[in-house]
Amino acid sequence: MREPILSVSDLTTHFFTRAGVVKAVDGVSFDLAKGEIMGLVGESGSGKTVTGFSLLGLVDAPGRIVKGSVKLNGTELTTLSDPELRARRGHEISMIFQDPIATLNPMLTIGQQMRMAIDAHEWLSKRAADARAAELLTQVGIPSAAARLRGYPHEFSGGMRQRVAIAIALLHRPAVIVADEPTTALDVSIQAQILFQMRDLAAEMGTAMVWISHDLAVVSSLASKLAVMYAGRVVEQGPTATLLRDPRHPYTAGLISSLPAMSQPGMPLSQIPGTTPSLLSLPPGCPFAPRCDRATKACGTAPEMTMEDNRGWRCFHPVSAFKEATV
Amino acid sequence: MLGFIIQRFLQAVAVMAVMSVIVFCGVYAIGNPIDIVIPPEATQDIREEAIRRLGLDRPLYEQYFIFMGNLLQGDLGRSFVYNIPVLELIGGRLPATLELVLISVISAAVLGVSLGIYAGYRPDSWVSKTIMAISVLGFSVPSFWVGLILILFFAVNLGWLPAGGRGETVEIWGVAWSFPTLNGLSHIVLPAVNLALFKLAMMIRLARAGTREIMLTDTIKFARAAGLAEGTILRRHLLKLISIPIITVFGLELGSTLAFAVVTETIFSWPGVGKLIIDSIGVLDRPVMVAYLILVAFLFVTINFVIDLVFAMIDPRLRQGATA
Repeated sequence: MREPILSVSDLTTHFFTRAGVVKAVDGVSFDLAKGEIMGLVGESGSGKTVTGFSLLGLVDAPGRIVKGSVKLNGTELTTLSDPELRARRGHEISMIFQDPIATLNPMLTIGQQMRMAIDAHEWLSKRAADARAAELLTQVGIPSAAARLRGYPHEFSGGMRQRVAIAIALLHRPAVIVADEPTTALDVSIQAQILFQMRDLAAEMGTAMVWISHDLAVVSSLASKLAVMYAGRVVEQGPTATLLRDPRHPYTAGLISSLPAMSQPGMPLSQIPGTTPSLLSLPPGCPFAPRCDRATKACGTAPEMTMEDNRGWRCFHPVSAFKEATV
Repeated sequence: MLGFIIQRFLQAVAVMAVMSVIVFCGVYAIGNPIDIVIPPEATQDIREEAIRRLGLDRPLYEQYFIFMGNLLQGDLGRSFVYNIPVLELIGGRLPATLELVLISVISAAVLGVSLGIYAGYRPDSWVSKTIMAISVLGFSVPSFWVGLILILFFAVNLGWLPAGGRGETVEIWGVAWSFPTLNGLSHIVLPAVNLALFKLAMMIRLARAGTREIMLTDTIKFARAAGLAEGTILRRHLLKLISIPIITVFGLELGSTLAFAVVTETIFSWPGVGKLIIDSIGVLDRPVMVAYLILVAFLFVTINFVIDLVFAMIDPRLRQGATA
């Protein structure tokens, strides 16, 4: 495998709340090569977004990264000082958020906001900065970009605002972009447009992406590999095609079979029984066990990641392996 | 934008017209100034002559229209008591109030917003907790008591600052001001602090609440993700995003303090308009009361109008809403 541009190992982020310690991210590890897109999939509250924030060092109090490492281009990010980390944010690693209406400041023009993002990392004259901003806006598909720099966010549609946010994230051609469900708040036709435009831009700039989503269908059309999160842990990871065809973890299998495309027309969609456990009181052992029809006594201890070829899963009773064993 | 200004102007005229009726009727409903203005031993002839001269023999609506007619020509009438034009009377007192109130409200706003942002930005530090504790004091301790304590401590015990009066004044455009001289400034300090405390506490609370709310939003998180320095985020994003409620309260406080700084002016014998209105009410000097209250209404209408313009200037969404 090529030298990874982003290497995450045993990343663990806890929130120290009054009610107790919330283990939002618990030992997440993955590698990302240059230009590679990884989908980070999971239900709400599974720790996807906190994982994204942890990568950029943006976890707010009372949360903090308690252990693990995030290596970007060979530099360890978790031990950097605040100014050093700030210098890398937006420059080498940037992030896009879910709701474009909330991310842009309604009281500043698009141009002002883009110039601030440029000024944060390099000194450009106002004219040069505007030219750069307009160039990026054109690249993300905003027509008459130079004129729109004087516009305010409320004069843009949701899809256009998200494009502006994407342009801001791409201003310095970062090595890695963390995209936190950037198309969820948009309508479906625009979703697809932005999705593929981002894929093309990332490929063009050689930017690697961590695409966070709860929507397996969206991610699988985009990402070359997947990591499935459940209750703060990655329960299964591997190449997208392999995972979709042959899931090992019962949770992944459940996610795939609950995709609308997988169901018979007219039949109710299949679903995984139960809900995500509270991260405050995780059961000892496998957190999925209470919802899993394959759980046994062995699941009372937490399974380690079983690695096989280029994939891995955390389960004592993997789906396909179980089938082979009973045959 | 022009349409917005015209619309607001017409609204202001309507408010002023209604205000003048209410004030006029209200003031005429209380007491009879004749009993106070005219000596009880005066003969019936002198009495009637005085009533006719003051225009008090006419029905209320006639008095009102005469008053309004004069008002439109810039004449607010003559004081019953001092027998000089009301405008002159108020005009002579207004600069004293104006300089005291502007100094205290502006410094309260600047200091309060800075402290409030700090307290909201680092809510758990002991400095923030101290700031908040002080702001509770600012809210709960009565203003007159603080004024007396300030005098007792800084003027009587320490002898650092004068206890009252305006001190040396300088004439600028024919008006006497205290703030340009060091002595005058030293006279302003204590009453200004007294007036500012409550506003300071309010500004701290407002700025802190706004900061805590805004710092959790995606706008700030996204700015951080783009690598903006914290100082830039506070100055360029936060300050604008928390400004609307702060400016609103600033305007209201400015208006009400200008109009009703009575307590502080009395304690520090500051010769401002607050003291004038209290004295006028005591002797039922109707022209002064009416003119003063109408001026106050005018002041509020003007301040609100300016604030609306400021809103439109800083928030593009309101700008568009205003023209639509």
